[in-house]
Amino acid sequence: MSTVTIKPRNRYKIHPQKFALWSAMASIIMMFAALTSAFIVRKAAGNWLEFELPSIFYVSTFVILLSSIIMHGSYLAYKRGKAAIYRWGLVLTFLLGITFVVMQYSGWTSLYEIGVELNGNPSGSFFYIISGLHAAHVLGGIAVLFVAISHAFGLSFKISDKRLLRFELSLHYWHFVDFLWIYLLIFLLIQ
Amino acid sequence: MAEILKYQPDVIIEKEGFDDHFHEHHEGDKYQSNFLSTYLFSMDHKIIARQFLITGIFWAIVGAAMSLVFRMQLGFPEESMAWIKPLLGKWIEIDPDGVGTLSPDFYYALVTMHGTIIVFFVLTAGLSGTFSNFLIPLQLGARDMASPFLNMLSYWFFFLASVVMFISLFVSTGPFAGGWTAYPPLSALPQASSGSGAGMTLWVVSLVFFVVSVLLGGINYITTVLNLRTKGMSMWRMPLTIWAFFITAVIGLLSFPVLVSGFLMLTMDRALGTSFFLSDIYIAGQALDYAGGSPILYQHLFWFLGHPEVYIIILPAMGIVSEVMSVHARKPIFGYRAMVYSILAIAFLSFIVWAHHMFMAGVNPFISNFFVLFTLIIAVPSAVKVFNWIATLYKGNLRLNTPMLFAIGFVSMFISGGLTGIFLGNSAIDIVMHDNYFVVAHFHIVMGVAAFFGMFAGVYHWFPKMFGRFMNETIGKIHFWGTLIGAYAIFWPMHYMGMAGVPRRYYRFDVFDTFRHFDTMNKFITIAAILVFAVSLLFVINFFYSIYKGKKVEDQNPWQANTLEWSTPIHPVHGNWPGKIPSVHRWSYDYNKDEREYIPQYVPMTPEEAPENH
Ligand code: HEM
Ligand SMILES: [Cu+2]
Repeated sequence: MSTVTIKPRNRYKIHPQKFALWSAMASIIMMFAALTSAFIVRKAAGNWLEFELPSIFYVSTFVILLSSIIMHGSYLAYKRGKAAIYRWGLVLTFLLGITFVVMQYSGWTSLYEIGVELNGNPSGSFFYIISGLHAAHVLGGIAVLFVAISHAFGLSFKISDKRLLRFELSLHYWHFVDFLWIYLLIFLLIQ
Repeated sequence: MAEILKYQPDVIIEKEGFDDHFHEHHEGDKYQSNFLSTYLFSMDHKIIARQFLITGIFWAIVGAAMSLVFRMQLGFPEESMAWIKPLLGKWIEIDPDGVGTLSPDFYYALVTMHGTIIVFFVLTAGLSGTFSNFLIPLQLGARDMASPFLNMLSYWFFFLASVVMFISLFVSTGPFAGGWTAYPPLSALPQASSGSGAGMTLWVVSLVFFVVSVLLGGINYITTVLNLRTKGMSMWRMPLTIWAFFITAVIGLLSFPVLVSGFLMLTMDRALGTSFFLSDIYIAGQALDYAGGSPILYQHLFWFLGHPEVYIIILPAMGIVSEVMSVHARKPIFGYRAMVYSILAIAFLSFIVWAHHMFMAGVNPFISNFFVLFTLIIAVPSAVKVFNWIATLYKGNLRLNTPMLFAIGFVSMFISGGLTGIFLGNSAIDIVMHDNYFVVAHFHIVMGVAAFFGMFAGVYHWFPKMFGRFMNETIGKIHFWGTLIGAYAIFWPMHYMGMAGVPRRYYRFDVFDTFRHFDTMNKFITIAAILVFAVSLLFVINFFYSIYKGKKVEDQNPWQANTLEWSTPIHPVHGNWPGKIPSVHRWSYDYNKDEREYIPQYVPMTPEEAPENH
């Protein structure tokens, strides 16, 4: 992304691109806020199918949480100049990310098997749309991780402001989709 | 009156400005090397602004032309429309006597497209896209947007949205015809009406692209305002234009995603058989197997965007009017801080009033009370702004040129339309008024005409900066008076029709005994609409003619304004300032202060000026 080079000035407490990413997160949050409040309103109206979440969703939650922790480790390793941990940490994060999406998918199929259909009672439709939209955002994160890995292995190891910034942007987004899922899961459970 | 001063921005900026080493990188020239990257896929915010403006003008002509066709139908339902058959093709049905009638389906499509196009493509993209892009970097003393690349994408997503919507006008089943709000079931069932099939699919795709454009633009505007202000440009020194664009972007960022969620659910209802918004539907006696959904849910999601959206449209116009008015009244804007706080208050309140569009949709009347309350409270910050504009005019050295006239006209329109909003905001009165011509009059005056006036004020005022030439003043004044009188002539009578209960979106009224006596009034409105369209064409001609042939700007600061954009060269380069960027020493409204007629923001304070006086 080409950015007009403005010399870093201390007056700015936060980098513009980081700020832009956070603004984007705010708008993603609004998307989910819309869905979850529609969920509440619709549920209050009755005729609502209750079902138990297949346990694989708890495993997938653990997986994405783990991936976040590992990515953070990789980030710390990068800052301390430990190239190997940095590189393989990213790979692990990437693999766990993919595992998460696969698990979500198998969770959907087992839901389907117990009779919760996409086009059945809105209760099921809401579950699919919320978790599906979240998975789409995870896929975006996986694409970002892919780029990060190709940088990690393709470029010679070097600690620079620019690469640190890139790493932080990817890291924040990944943590974001992680916490977003945890929030959504808790929401779906207590609702 | 103090004498007109001349400042030498280049000299002052060289001496006092801030050196960001911009030109040592030669970044400025790198991506402006050939025709394509200069004019088409440009990342320069000034070019992108002009792209938004010209695309907006295109859509304004299309949208307005559509309104003429349906106004003709309403004013002269008996007349033959055979003469526009070459343009509308099969949508004009010719009977054996050669009399052409507008197809009712297409009438609805026209009304729908008119609303969609004007609200989103003209008054959102054309207004805030143009002026946020143009003015944010220039007035803040920034080289460009935080991310010029995302900025370029923002325009091209808008372009893509435009292309898709334009294509939808030509599909054989016609464009979407269920109203600009796209309520289900008309929007959710492809078989519900002829426009609900391909037309609606294209409509929703187009609007999703549009939202992406708004979000990319908005993220950029917010980031730029918060991070790239030049040295000395504190938030409280920003011109009100920037405050308005900034808050507009924040509103957009928080409300458009909600619409996307609604659209996602709508699309699933359309394509995957879910029942988010559908229940117990019969089509042609056939029961469909959708069960358990609620169309009201869609209305909540839509209006959660929809109401903030009307402020997304009006706030930039308000910012432009504040700035233009202060410059041409040669007075500081009255109550600067009150202006900012009322923008903030309006922005906040705009999120908690949406259900006033749904009083009659079966919302719990007790809950409605809250929405009545908050809706009426919005009138307070709105009135503060109106008071401040009038107080700014009071005892000013008014220059009644075209931009100023449009700014004053804006205030007139905003008062007229705002007052009727207070009627509608009372749920009891709304029982009668809902979905009739009173509402049509309300929102066209307060949003449609007022926002157009703000846009015109901005175009006439900043045209010299955009194109290095002036627009013709005489034509400008004809344009203003024609539009002012014409717009009132169109919309004022609609209040009476509304009070008599005439419903909106009907195909013809002459067949109803109750409404037949409005025939003359309908003709009158249609003729006024044609006249306004004609003077608008004058504007378009003036605009394009002046780009090439207008009077050349000779003076760097032709309006003697204080804001930073007038310290750039007459034709600003990429990066906006050839050398250092200006540093800012005062707010932007030092007009007629200490015997000086005006003091631009880049002029340092004299020792006598106490630092706390801005
Ligand atoms: C004093 C402030 C205002 C109040 C109290 C107010 C109130 C209302 C109410 C209650 C309605 C719903 C009427 C109905 O459908 O029965 C309405 C419609 C509308 N208002 Fe306002 N309004 C105000 C200002 C504005 C402003 C500033 C704008 C735009 C810039 C605006 C744009 C609209 C639009 C577009 C609609 C109609 C949408 C549609 O149904 O197609 N209003 N207003
Ligand atoms: Cu509203």
